Amino acid sequence: MREIKLFLGPQHPGMHGNTSVHMYVEGDIIKKSYLLPGMLHRGFEKGMEQRTWINNIALIPRICVVEPDINEMVFAMGVETLAGIEVPERAHYIRMIILELARISIHLMAYGGIGGPTGHYTLMYHAQADRNRILEIFEKITGHRIYHQYIVPGGVRKDLPVGIEDEINEFLDDLASRYLEIRDLGIENPTIRKRLVDHILLPSEVVWELGVTGVGMRSATNKPYDLRKVLPYARYDQIDFEVPMADYSDAECRVDLKLQEVVQCIGIIKQCLAKMPEGPVRAKMDGNALKFRVPKGQVYAAVESSRGEFGYYIVSDGGTKPYRVAVRGASFPQGLLGVEKYLPGTRLDDAALWFDTMGVCSPEIDR
Amino acid sequence: MKKVYSVFKPLRHLKYLLKKPITKDFKDIFDNPREVADNYRGFHVNDWEECIGCSTCGEICPTEAITMVERSELEDKDGSLQLRPTIDYGRCCFCALCVDVCTTSSLKMSKEYLYNDPDPDSFYFMPTDTFNGKEVKLGYEKDESSDLLDLERVSMEHLSPDERKGSFLEIIKGYSKEQAIHEASRCVECGICTNACPAHMNIPEYITAIWENNFEEALTEIYKTNPLPAVCGRICTHNCETACALTQRGDAVAIRWLKRYIVDNAPKDIYDSVILEQVSKEVNGKVAIIGAGPSGLAAAYYLRTIGYNVEIFEQMPLAGGVMRYGIPKYRLPDEAIDQDISFIEKIGVKINLNTKVTDTMLADFNKNYDAVFTGSGFFAGRKIPMPGHDHKDCIAAMDFLPLGRDYGRGTVKELDVHENVVIIGGGNVAFDVARTVVRYQNEKFGKSNVMMAALESEDALPADLEEVVEGREEGVKYHFGMGPQEIVIKNNKIKGLKVKKVISIFDTEGNFNPSFEENSEQLLEATQVFMAIGQSPDYSYLSDENQNKMNINRGKIEVKENGQVKGIDWLFAGGDIVKGPDVISGVANGHNAAIGIDEYLSKKNK
Repeated sequence: MREIKLFLGPQHPGMHGNTSVHMYVEGDIIKKSYLLPGMLHRGFEKGMEQRTWINNIALIPRICVVEPDINEMVFAMGVETLAGIEVPERAHYIRMIILELARISIHLMAYGGIGGPTGHYTLMYHAQADRNRILEIFEKITGHRIYHQYIVPGGVRKDLPVGIEDEINEFLDDLASRYLEIRDLGIENPTIRKRLVDHILLPSEVVWELGVTGVGMRSATNKPYDLRKVLPYARYDQIDFEVPMADYSDAECRVDLKLQEVVQCIGIIKQCLAKMPEGPVRAKMDGNALKFRVPKGQVYAAVESSRGEFGYYIVSDGGTKPYRVAVRGASFPQGLLGVEKYLPGTRLDDAALWFDTMGVCSPEIDR
Repeated sequence: MKKVYSVFKPLRHLKYLLKKPITKDFKDIFDNPREVADNYRGFHVNDWEECIGCSTCGEICPTEAITMVERSELEDKDGSLQLRPTIDYGRCCFCALCVDVCTTSSLKMSKEYLYNDPDPDSFYFMPTDTFNGKEVKLGYEKDESSDLLDLERVSMEHLSPDERKGSFLEIIKGYSKEQAIHEASRCVECGICTNACPAHMNIPEYITAIWENNFEEALTEIYKTNPLPAVCGRICTHNCETACALTQRGDAVAIRWLKRYIVDNAPKDIYDSVILEQVSKEVNGKVAIIGAGPSGLAAAYYLRTIGYNVEIFEQMPLAGGVMRYGIPKYRLPDEAIDQDISFIEKIGVKINLNTKVTDTMLADFNKNYDAVFTGSGFFAGRKIPMPGHDHKDCIAAMDFLPLGRDYGRGTVKELDVHENVVIIGGGNVAFDVARTVVRYQNEKFGKSNVMMAALESEDALPADLEEVVEGREEGVKYHFGMGPQEIVIKNNKIKGLKVKKVISIFDTEGNFNPSFEENSEQLLEATQVFMAIGQSPDYSYLSDENQNKMNINRGKIEVKENGQVKGIDWLFAGGDIVKGPDVISGVANGHNAAIGIDEYLSKKNK
């Protein structure tokens, strides 16, 4: 049989972001594949060195389009650690609400994302419709739907608008009430299950080999490695939630874990709304933002993103701009290395599902 | 038990077929657009009335989308620039950092998010308070937590009123390094202050140098336009701070105190190298300067840096003019004046003290020097010709302040100050007299009784606010808005000052013509009256012939733009006799005249 070279992306509805996969197939079996990043033309890490600390707020959300808030959070955490800024209590809770809403939104998007490759577009539309409601909440809180630029060093940019708590609660109740229905459409749909169950395996050895974290790791190793539990940031240590995990990681298991996480997120947000104290939302800083300097030092700040451990390693030389920022993209291991080593062997039509269930966000690789 | 998955279960979603769609029809996108959130970051709006063109929005813009464009139709006034932001919406990312950092809060965002035009250049425009000519709803605005400016000044340590009213110690203690760097970090470097400063000092540059802890750079920038920083760092009238962009919503940057921080703290070797570095090779030319006041010293310094031989002639035993003999010690200690003057002498300026210039000497100067600069100042006191003003206990401010100053430095042991004193005037000089008297009385009698009377009401006083506040703290009693009528004398002794309540100071045509309320007469009981109603010049060194050649208008000499006296080519003038009334204006005149003299001599020697 003749080997053919095919491209998945950058212009492909099944591709996640501006990146390309080169695949050599025999029949419909992928024999060899590798990722070709570099389509984003951004150079985030270098770009950050050329912008002041405060200007970077506008740049960093772009490192992950669907879940920009984690970038803002790790950047803020890093700067706060270096500069010794005490974040007001209320800001911690607002940050958690934002992060968890973002987590729901990206899990819904990923869940809807399996609708495309499996030919069930209804799933995608319904998931996007729910995500849209989260974006509307974001718009009310932050002023923008996607790039919120809301979590900033020192706290959050503005307090929550009046009445938003009720709206969030209402949305969460509605989402929870339709949870089973949403499952029925996708993961419990026998035709979709045929594409997911026992497909696209992620054995625990691979997890250790590549350094996969997040849902991938928890689904394969049955270990509750979640930074919100093991290295709590914000006020996650004061919130009750469970970390879903499993010991056999196929596509179905990972999707299931994401949906279970959505349930946990709903619980976390509700607790945050109930526990959130009144008070200021941003620490006052000396001097104006143009002259904001971060003391010399280095720091690694990480949060649990929807795809795993997401971190920034920030070095400051004491100036107005970062000396160096390195991004630990959560999907870097599976997205770059996994494609080369573990995409081969699967079927061509699984490739898009592979990216979706592994949770690949290409700007994290191409940063 | 194994779970059974039914193909029928997903069909329950068919119920959504009967629900109203949540998507919007494509044709509605422009005709009937979605209403966005109240906090929405859409196209900018900018209130041109409020905007001062400080360009801070352009400074912070992460995408460099904002450029400032000059609009000459705007009024040119202190405290604002004729610039307004233009935004390139091909670059703008709508992050609203410009809104958060805006000094005036004039820049806001609207709820508008739709704009469609085939011409790419049309995406580059100046936001006004409307968008595309129509009224818009406001979206994102900054609030207290999103504000990116530091509006609160770093507080300065002062002597307490009790400590200071019994002594001539300097009141302001000066910033520490941390405080100065913190204060400097509040500056947005807009340069509005530079325009407002008579000497156009490079204020943003030296504040940035402080922030970078770079004394050398800071001193270099300061000495480019002002050779008296230790003096100006203490007693400047700080027009810069009045104009500062931060005053729009908060406290101005403490520009004056930051200047003082540099000169008080710069290491001596850096100081020396900066000052000596600025002196050029000697050129052929000699200039005589009359008066070692601010303008004379500034002219001397800059002429010397150009390379001229400069000699100053000063009638008093110490150089400094009004800085040395007018301003009290608690505001400006001798050490600060000495510091500035010592550097001016160090670069080779010769100061002849105790040398009063006469008309014959001036004629000699004309022969022996290539040019003459006069900054003889307003050194003589003035009195209002009211009944009783010629009594010996009615004293003009400038006749008293030099003695008060000498008392402060210990060369005079006793002052002629009574126990109950009233001062006429509401300017800084009046407060200088009042507060000097308070100190002397407290030292001498253990208590003070000083009253002040002025035509202006307290909020319209020409004096600085801090003088009014500190004077009150030190126990001066104010009778402002009271016009002095007569000094009441009985048995050849002053009994007090008769005052009347003022209705208005100027008449309907705007001329000075105070009117008083009838039956509002009041006697401020005192045995001594000081008059601080302005100073006057002493032109005895100008011969009649010279005076006839020049124009002297209300005591001030008319000069050309370069400081050259109209009618006499070789004579240049500056300071109070030309403009006034503060040190920094004198410095500006002196610097300007130095450039003028250089041009004049260059032309002459050609």
